[in-house]
Amino acid sequence: MGNDFVVPAIVAVTLVTVGIGFYGLRLARTTSDFLVASRAISPTWNAAAIGGEYLSAASFLGIAGLVLKYGVDVLWYPVGFAAGYLALLLFVAAPLRRSGAFTLPDFCELRLGSRRLRILATAFVIFIGWLYLVPQLQGAGLTLATVAGSPYPLGALLVAAVVTANVALGGMRAITFVQAFQYWLKLTALAVPVIFLALQWQADGRPAVTPPDGPTFRAATTVVVEHRATLTLPDGDIREVRPGDELTFAAGDPVPDVSGVATDANDWLLPSAAGDDDRGLFATYSLILATFLGTMGLPHVLVRFYTNPDGAAARRTTLVVLALVGAFYLLPTLYGVLGRIYTPQLLLSGQTDAVVVLLPEAALGDGLAGRLLAALVAAGAFAAFLSTSSGLLTSVAGVISTDVLGRGSVRGFRLATVIAGGVPAVLSLHVSGLDVSQVVGLAFAVAASSFCPLLVLGIWWRGLTDVGATAGVVAGGGAAIGAVLVTVLGPPLSGWPATLIAQPAAWTVPLAFTVMVVVSMATRRRAPADVAATMLRLHTPEALRM
Amino acid sequence: MAKQLPDVGSSGAVPPPRRSRIVLAEITRQDTRAERTRAELAQQTQVGEALVRGLVRAQLALALRLSLVVAIGLGGLPWLFAIAPSLGRTTIAGVNLPWLLLGVASFPFLIGVGWAYVRLAERNEQDFTDLVQRPEH
Repeated sequence: MGNDFVVPAIVAVTLVTVGIGFYGLRLARTTSDFLVASRAISPTWNAAAIGGEYLSAASFLGIAGLVLKYGVDVLWYPVGFAAGYLALLLFVAAPLRRSGAFTLPDFCELRLGSRRLRILATAFVIFIGWLYLVPQLQGAGLTLATVAGSPYPLGALLVAAVVTANVALGGMRAITFVQAFQYWLKLTALAVPVIFLALQWQADGRPAVTPPDGPTFRAATTVVVEHRATLTLPDGDIREVRPGDELTFAAGDPVPDVSGVATDANDWLLPSAAGDDDRGLFATYSLILATFLGTMGLPHVLVRFYTNPDGAAARRTTLVVLALVGAFYLLPTLYGVLGRIYTPQLLLSGQTDAVVVLLPEAALGDGLAGRLLAALVAAGAFAAFLSTSSGLLTSVAGVISTDVLGRGSVRGFRLATVIAGGVPAVLSLHVSGLDVSQVVGLAFAVAASSFCPLLVLGIWWRGLTDVGATAGVVAGGGAAIGAVLVTVLGPPLSGWPATLIAQPAAWTVPLAFTVMVVVSMATRRRAPADVAATMLRLHTPEALRM
Repeated sequence: MAKQLPDVGSSGAVPPPRRSRIVLAEITRQDTRAERTRAELAQQTQVGEALVRGLVRAQLALALRLSLVVAIGLGGLPWLFAIAPSLGRTTIAGVNLPWLLLGVASFPFLIGVGWAYVRLAERNEQDFTDLVQRPEH
């Protein structure tokens, strides 16, 4: 790729991130500034920062890649990522802010007064944080390799280093400004190119997204295969391809069928139907449950709520976030759809996650406009990696510094940041083959099966006990973690076991809720004596603060 | 002294007023009508306890009602598409209905539900505040 704007654009985003970080450093003086930005950030800034932090590699690159590959069924990813904020708003936002807890382990101790539960929650925060950090770094490595031809580890390690340094030096005050800026950058980086892409599509005579004879190559294309796959060529020949194979196609050639990809127009265009595809329907509902309920259990999302001044502000901030995030999610789908027309070779190479960064030049040519827009998109993608990683790293480091190292000092926080950033950096070097969105989906499933029941029952049900909460988190969260480990390390499965393991939320979330309720009722005597006072604190409006 | 502040009246004749701390809580504390009920809430008397239980129940019922709206409005879609495949083939302006519903319409729907929740939840809290601050209950 000979685009000489891409690297300067990525460098500029990185420098601005670090620059705002250091500007924030001059303002951050106390430990409180570091951890919760002194709780003095306005709702608009805070909402943009939450949005900026939330829109990760999975949102910026992954959704478009999935839409390109699988079609309408994966539109539930963006819908679920947005709806997660509604669930957060309805059940958690205001009471959690009023609780005054800073992290999820804080909430456990405050509500149930159990050290053991606090340790368990700490372990889950670290696990979910790392599970979510790895695909961010992986996306960075992939993007840099795609647009600048650098080796994969360079991008991953670059982002890990920048983010670790920035969080360690600037803390949360700094990243609030960084992330508010990055939300708007990400929105611009998808919205502006999409206008040009739509105009180009008009100028090309509105080519059909699903032509009756299947997708075709618009230009002569050479594809280098990245993942092993089975191709069915138009003349009926079946061919196994492995990484490194080169395939050449002339303009107008049909795209061969690729195993595991919805190449057929109807599979891609139409939702799963009952009867012949019950597993597809189960997977869809499982995905809906994981994303709707998982958002509230993500450590970097919750930590942001403590920067609101009070519960009512937390509620309003969440509503603004929902609007900002919803506006953003209108865009990636369009990239996936246009990718069917302009970049069908990605279906063959397996690099569907790269569709967003490759589409501008593929559609508009490598003239000035195409190159500038490609650079803008690459900059937006880097903003996505940097902001989500910063947020995750801050929350994981916060938990490590207070609960594992047991120090509340700024130096302890810095040490924790280095630990929290180093582990996923090493892990990301070994997982380049995993699908970005799949790993993110699993992180949501673990969060939905552990922290979601803990928060919802802890906030609304007086009967929750420490034993019940622990049992529920171990059963539901443990089952979800088991599913993650089998997916990542285990043998390939097929049929129902594969579906149950790849999309576990539909059985692990009900399991967690049931165990939590049943065990709490069996250990009713252990309900904390101060539950009435806690309820008062969580639910009383600010006007009556006593 | 090299610099002198501008003269404000005869120096030394009037002693400067003593600084006094104005704390919000002290102003509200003067509102004696609500005092007793607040004490009841804080001390977990039966009346206070019942009031808080009522508020929690109202807020939870609101959240559950609105999640039911979403569960039916959005959660019903995969099932609907599965049992009525012809719906998936319906097109509006050349775009298939599921793409429009999921890719576009779902986001304003979610924001609308969220907006309704914030309004109604704040109204519940206002009702609770009014109830607590009433002289008698």
